[in-house]
Amino acid sequence: MIALLMRDLRLAVRAGGGFGLGLAFFLIVVTLVPFGVGPEGKILARIAPGILWVGALLACLLSLDRIFALDYEDGSLDLLVTAPVPLEGVVSIKALAHWITTGLPLVVAAPIFGILLHLPQGAHVWMVVSLLLGTPALSVLGTFGAALTVGLKRGGLLLSLLVLPFYVPTLIFGAELVRRGAEGMNTETPLLMLAGITAATIALVPFASAAAIRVNLR
Amino acid sequence: MSIWEYANPVKFMKTTDKVLPWTVGIAAITLIVGLVWGYFFVPAAENFGGSVKVIYVHVPAAMMAINIWVMMVVTSLIWLIRRHHVSALAAKAAAPIGAVMTLIALITGAVWGQPMWGTWWEWDPRLTSFLILFLFYLGYIALWAAVENPDTAADLTGVLSLVGGVFAVLSRYAANFWNQGLHQGATLSMDSEQHIADVYWFPLLLCMAGFIFFFLALVLIRTRTEVRARRLGAIQQRERMA
Repeated sequence: MIALLMRDLRLAVRAGGGFGLGLAFFLIVVTLVPFGVGPEGKILARIAPGILWVGALLACLLSLDRIFALDYEDGSLDLLVTAPVPLEGVVSIKALAHWITTGLPLVVAAPIFGILLHLPQGAHVWMVVSLLLGTPALSVLGTFGAALTVGLKRGGLLLSLLVLPFYVPTLIFGAELVRRGAEGMNTETPLLMLAGITAATIALVPFASAAAIRVNLR
Repeated sequence: MSIWEYANPVKFMKTTDKVLPWTVGIAAITLIVGLVWGYFFVPAAENFGGSVKVIYVHVPAAMMAINIWVMMVVTSLIWLIRRHHVSALAAKAAAPIGAVMTLIALITGAVWGQPMWGTWWEWDPRLTSFLILFLFYLGYIALWAAVENPDTAADLTGVLSLVGGVFAVLSRYAANFWNQGLHQGATLSMDSEQHIADVYWFPLLLCMAGFIFFFLALVLIRTRTEVRARRLGAIQQRERMA
């Protein structure tokens, strides 16, 4: 399984595009928003948590269709299904690789983008915490969507339609956590809810993804 | 004799052939009586005015929107566990009806909300979660349409409906947490304290029954169409092979 993880990571780095693309997309979203809503610092500070979260979500979505598509095309997905490792484990590793290549860079870069959007000083910590807790759920749910649409000719658009509604709870609690952190309110409830959603998706959704892949390769 | 016999398409077609006219008849009678009663013979409420009458469409549609998803989850489970084709086809047939019911609930809600709350749309938890439910329906229908092999499509959409059901509920509570909205609390609970007055309640009950039978009739018709389409597909396949 570690070998599989390393393979996926190497592929993401060397095949080009996959690794930095999400980050660049995130930067573009953050750059475009002030043009859309105007440069006043106060307004930007108010909407910054939401913009950062929506940007992270879209950046994550961008790379989803690559999770299984390449492996499906060159046949290595068939090999992974017949491998001695359980398919649920393979799916989890795939999600982990996706998180390391797109989620983790976003977490690291979030404070810098926060400065661009005038995110209040105290909220930076919460931004990082919420993304760190929330983005794994985005990756796992995205893997489920990718598993459903693997093998479809034009899966990309369908994938976003399927996956985005699943992202709603994570988005709500993630953005709420940062907003409350910025205003110095009690952050315990959204923090626990966010952690709970992520833990539950990591524990349960890979089974659904594995089932979907088995169906698609039958 | 067990209920599983009706999973046999031939038996299903034969039975529904007899049941269908009755369902249509009951749906028509209850709907006409309920709606006419509700619209012409119910006094205008004190602080709501005439616009209260929209509940005779709004409430049953909203109720059906949720229950149709539940029905799809159940039929998908039956398909995933016992591989009864009629069950999968019923889930497929129900999805567009559910989407339309959600849309009706959203639109009538907007029509009602405009005079009541002074706005067509408010990011109220119930409105928001219905919008999300509508997106779930769209995704489900799109996935059915995108996969060519019917059995694969049934499997995939089955899994989607299960996970989607969990997340639809989760979104509902998340939205509740996110914004306490304008929507009134449960007025239709069995608790007589918050119960709406009987004058409004009886026609509403009729309308709800009418919507249920209306849905049953539609889903039976659509499932029969699906079964016939499958047969046609099988015949065409055989001819191509020959």
